[in-house]
Amino acid sequence: MSSGSGIDVRYVARLARLDLSEEEAVLYQRQLDRLLEHVESLQRLDVSQVAPTAQVVPLTNVLREDVPVPSLDRAAALAGAPAREGPFIRVPRIIEEQE
Amino acid sequence: MSAPHEWSATRIAAAVNAGEISAVEVLRAQQAQIERMEPEVGAFLSLTAGLAQEQARRVDEAVAAGRRLPLAGVPLAVKDNMCLQGTVTTAGSKILAGWVAPYTATAVARLLEAGCLPVGKANLDEFAMGSSCENSALGVTRNPWDLRRVPGGSSGGSVAAVAAREAALATASDTGGSIREPAAFCGVVGMKPTYGRISRYGLIAFASSLDQIGPIARTVEDAASMYDVMAGHDPMDATSLPRPVEPTARALRDDLRGLRVGLVREFDTKGLGVEIDAVYRRAYEQLAALGAEVVEVALPHAEYGLATYYLIAPAEASSNLARFDGVRYGLRVDGGSVQEMYGKTRAAGFGPEVKRRILIGTYALSSGYYDAYYVRAQKARTLMASDFERAFAACDLIACPAASSAAFEFGAKGDDPVAMYLMDYYTIPMSLAGLPALSVPCGFAGDGLPQGRELPLGLQLVAPLYEEARLFGAAHAYEQATRFGLDRVPPVLEGVR
Repeated sequence: MSSGSGIDVRYVARLARLDLSEEEAVLYQRQLDRLLEHVESLQRLDVSQVAPTAQVVPLTNVLREDVPVPSLDRAAALAGAPAREGPFIRVPRIIEEQE
Repeated sequence: MSAPHEWSATRIAAAVNAGEISAVEVLRAQQAQIERMEPEVGAFLSLTAGLAQEQARRVDEAVAAGRRLPLAGVPLAVKDNMCLQGTVTTAGSKILAGWVAPYTATAVARLLEAGCLPVGKANLDEFAMGSSCENSALGVTRNPWDLRRVPGGSSGGSVAAVAAREAALATASDTGGSIREPAAFCGVVGMKPTYGRISRYGLIAFASSLDQIGPIARTVEDAASMYDVMAGHDPMDATSLPRPVEPTARALRDDLRGLRVGLVREFDTKGLGVEIDAVYRRAYEQLAALGAEVVEVALPHAEYGLATYYLIAPAEASSNLARFDGVRYGLRVDGGSVQEMYGKTRAAGFGPEVKRRILIGTYALSSGYYDAYYVRAQKARTLMASDFERAFAACDLIACPAASSAAFEFGAKGDDPVAMYLMDYYTIPMSLAGLPALSVPCGFAGDGLPQGRELPLGLQLVAPLYEEARLFGAAHAYEQATRFGLDRVPPVLEGVR
C-alpha cells in the first residue's frame, strides 16, 4: 500500500472540519498509526484481478414514480435546528459584504 | 404464577389477544421491573412512559374490537439510534443530546403497528461505534450477569434490557457485530438479517453499506416473530430489498436433519482458552447430535476482515457524520465563521472513538490514498464474499463463535482501539458479505468469577443471503435441545450485585 509517511492527523482533521486539542492530536496520531499498521496487512492480498464491492445486494439505480407525496412538515423539520429565523435556519455569515 | 415481564413475547401476545391480561396490566408490571433494575443495569437513556401508556390503551381497544395483533402488548426497548417520533433520540452522542425525532423509523413503526409498547430508548456506543457500550457519551450500561462487566456493544442497552427482563424485545443494529457480540455477552438471542431485509429509514446512519436493523429477544421464536414484523420492502430506503419475505416464525424446527453445518477451518477456538474452546466444541457436537452433517469449510480471507472493515466502515462514517455540523440539528458551538462553527461543534459534540473513525475514514477517502486504502478494501470485500459463496456450496449453515471472549470488565481494553476491534473478529466477515447471522446462547464460562458465577457465551450461526428462515429454524432446534438461554436467569434478577 502506498501509504508513504502515514497519516498527518492535523491535516486530516482540517479536512474533516474537526478541531483537535494538542493532547488529542498526539493521542490520535499514535492510535491511528497503530491502526494503519494493522490495515497494512491488506497489502499482502493480490487484488489485481478483483472488482470492488460497494455493497453486496444486487440493486442499482432504484427509482420510483415521480409522484409528489407528503413529506416532513416544515415546522417539524425546523424544530431541531439550533438557531432559527422565521422559516429559515440561522448560520454565521458565509459571504463577505462587498465594499 | 410468574409475572408478565418474565414471559416471552409470544406468551404475552397470546395472553393479550385472548383477553387474559390487558396491555395496560402488562405495561404496569414491566414498568415496575424497569424501576427495580435500572439503578443496577442502566439499560436506558430515556424512558417513554407516556407513549407506552398511550400505545397500551390503543392495543387494548384494538383487541376489544376483535383484532389480533402479532405482538399485542409486548414491551419493546428501542435502540437510541432509531427515530421514534416525539422521543429524544441521541445515538448516544452529545452532539444529539436533547434532539427530538420528528418521525418514526419504519422498523419501529411496524413494531408499534404490531402491538409493541415502546418502554424506552436503549443505550449504545456513540453512533453505534464500539463493542462494549463504553463509548456512550450519555450513560453506563452494566451486564446483568456481572455488573462489573460490559454488556457488549454497540447494542449494549438493548441486550441488557432484554436480559434483565426490562423488555421482552429490543431493536438493535449491526454494522460489524453490534447485535451478535452483545447478544452473546448478555445471553440473549440477537439476529442480523441479510443486508436490505429490514428498512434503514429512520436509523441514524453509521456505515450505510453495512448497517442492518435486527431483533433482540430471549427466545429464538420471539426473535423470529419480531423479524417477521420488521422485514419487508420499504420505498423509503433505496437499499431495501424488493423481494417477498418468507415468514420465519412458522419455519422453526426441532432437529437439524438434512442440514450440512460448516465449521470454519480458520476459526479454530483453541486460542480462546481451554474453557471457551470446550464450550464451542460441545456446541458443534450438539449440532451433529441433532442430525446435522458437520463438514469443514474454508474462509481463507477472513483474517483480512478486520483490516477491510476498519477502512470501509470509517470511510462511510466520515461521510455520513458530515451532516453533524451544528447547522440543522443538535449541538451548535458558535464561532466567528461558519468554518469555525463546524470545527468547534464537532470537537465538542463527538467522543474519542467517533473522532478516531472520522479521521481514519477521511484519510482513507482523501486524495492520494483513496485507491490504496478504500478501493483496496472494497476489493478485499469481494474476496470475502466469494469465500462465503464457495463455503455455502458445501454447507447450508456455518457455525462459529459470536465473539472472541465472554463479557470483559470495564476498562479492560485500555486505550488501544485495535484490542477492542478484535472482539468482532468472528462477526465482521459476515457483515462485509451482507449475510444473515445470529447469536444464540451456547453455554457458560467462569472466566475467573467466584464459584457458581458464570458468563454466557454465544454460538453464531450464519446462512446464505435471504435464508433467514433456515437460520431461525436451525437456531430454534439448537436452543430447544440445549436450553442454555432458557433456564438460567442473570444473577441481578435474584438480587445478586
